[in-house]
Amino acid sequence: MTEPGMDLLMWARGTGFQIAIGVFLFGLVLRLIEIFALRRKADVAPPKGDAVSGGLRTIFTRFVPAPGFAALLPAQIIGGVIFHFGLLFIVFFFVPHIAVIKDTFGVSWPGISSAVINALTVLTVAILVVLLVVRLKHPVRRYLSDFQDYFIWALTVVPLVSGYMAFNAVGPYTIVLAIHVLSAELLIALIPFTRLTHAFTWVSSRYYNGAFAGRKGTMS
Amino acid sequence: MTAVSVERGVEALRQQVDASVASYMSSCIHCGLCAQACLFYTETGDPKYTPQRKLEPLYRVWKNDFTLLGRLASMAGLGCKITDEFLDEWEELIYDSCTLCGRCTMACPVGIDITAVVRKTREGMVASGHVPEGLIGAATRAVEGGGPMGDLLPALKAVIRRSEAATGIPVEVDKEGAEYMVILSAQETVGFPEIVEAYSKIFKQAGVTWTISTKAFEGTNVGIQIGSRDIARTLVQRVVDAAEELKVKAVIAPECGHAYTALRWEGPNLIGRTYEFDVVHITELVDQLIKEGRIKFKGKHKSKITYHDPCQTNRRGGMLNPPRAILAEISENLVEMEDAGLWNWCCGGGGGVGANERADELKTKVFMRKKRQLDGVKPDELVTSCANCRNIIEEALDHYEIDLPVLGLTEMVAEYMETDEIEEPAADKAVKGEDQ
Repeated sequence: MTEPGMDLLMWARGTGFQIAIGVFLFGLVLRLIEIFALRRKADVAPPKGDAVSGGLRTIFTRFVPAPGFAALLPAQIIGGVIFHFGLLFIVFFFVPHIAVIKDTFGVSWPGISSAVINALTVLTVAILVVLLVVRLKHPVRRYLSDFQDYFIWALTVVPLVSGYMAFNAVGPYTIVLAIHVLSAELLIALIPFTRLTHAFTWVSSRYYNGAFAGRKGTMS
Repeated sequence: MTAVSVERGVEALRQQVDASVASYMSSCIHCGLCAQACLFYTETGDPKYTPQRKLEPLYRVWKNDFTLLGRLASMAGLGCKITDEFLDEWEELIYDSCTLCGRCTMACPVGIDITAVVRKTREGMVASGHVPEGLIGAATRAVEGGGPMGDLLPALKAVIRRSEAATGIPVEVDKEGAEYMVILSAQETVGFPEIVEAYSKIFKQAGVTWTISTKAFEGTNVGIQIGSRDIARTLVQRVVDAAEELKVKAVIAPECGHAYTALRWEGPNLIGRTYEFDVVHITELVDQLIKEGRIKFKGKHKSKITYHDPCQTNRRGGMLNPPRAILAEISENLVEMEDAGLWNWCCGGGGGVGANERADELKTKVFMRKKRQLDGVKPDELVTSCANCRNIIEEALDHYEIDLPVLGLTEMVAEYMETDEIEEPAADKAVKGEDQ
């Protein structure tokens, strides 16, 4: 008799993974075509500064919060920054994740110690909980939030929690790992079809913003 | 204006969608940080004023018509609804509570140019007939009468006569071949006519030839404020035609933020070509004349002043340094307000809000942000380089019973400028002549 959940795990690691990556790549290409095929009309007003350097500048300067904002909204801003870096390190620098990437795409890089990733996962999940509380409590965030905002929060938190549980052998290992893999696959597949698309389009949005300012000889 | 309808509005919005808009709409994660950048939120505490909400009309059009999932949803009758009621509700957000100041654009972590989106959205609001009465009135007067306050040519002629009498320097109108053509904002012609005297003195001293066209002297472009490309194009074309007819080297944009945006940045795109002349803002030109040594100063302003950066010339126009370089020459006690410069707070009346009577109460309320900035430095006088800001600030100071003179930068330059000869006012000359 196979271990409970083993079939599910095997499917998730095989067919499920292929479907998720396929949907993700299809969706991403579709979305990028939808955006960039629209193009932009050439601006015929004589420039006062350089658009390209302005755009590139804003891609990087926007990593730093607007002046005074961190003091006004510390949980949201500091939490937001740590969350994004935490997620980045967990997804791309956990050794088993690098192995999956190597198997799929043939590229790899050195990982970070599992103990560090383990601690980072606790921190990242804790921050996600704080960010959820902020979303529920802060009048502006609550006002702006719709179903999708809460849905993508759940979509992000489940792989983190199940991954932590699997690594630390909390609960039935195979089932927990299957949930981890499946939830991560759902997250990956839905990136292009939800607000998670910002994981890619932040670059172009910042670029356009900075380029328009740069052209006018100002900064953004 | 042509017939308006929701369909026309949606079509006008559709035409605004390009790669930048699609990128912005794909990036917003409802973080709400932009609220903290917007004085309409910070001064009211009402989350409905969060700049992000102002993306919604264009977001709906983009989602319905420019994404696969949105198109499928629309085909199934599940697309985002855009109705008269919806646009009615958003009219206040798009017009009354946005001055197009650009702070939210600076603050958005994913880089959404929210200000540009609001400007684009106004095109749809105009086409669907959801525009405040005050702006419709100003736009009608601008198209039919020459300016947002109607036909100001008689007023301009009176201003020129008074300037000539006061300075003894003739103002040559409609002079072909002059280097520069000056345009004024209606606010200057009516409220701050001394600006013409300042121009006369500065340009005489600097050896600059200039003229004013009686066909196109109005710089204010209500088309930009209301969000109508058609109106904006008509108003820009008047200036372009006059400037090219007079064969001037450049048109001097006045101390008016949106006039500068209209002529310098939007104008060429509205008429579909570059001009045969340059556009230079008066502040840029004065800064250049100082740097070339063509203007020198005889003294400095002693009392404590602070400088209010107009949003459209500074944050949205690229003129952060010229006013400060000028003030360094003519003031010995300039104190900067908190957030001055790139992050300065709007006066609360730009982007057509000042012409929208319905927004008066809100506009006055959000001035509290400027008041707090001023309270922080307690200046003796406030200097700015936008007649609209100046008017809005003066009105609000009156409302809050604050005694703070508001000065125009160009007029200050004229006051402290060294002159080669002391001009006898023409009126005095005339009197003396009669005596002889």
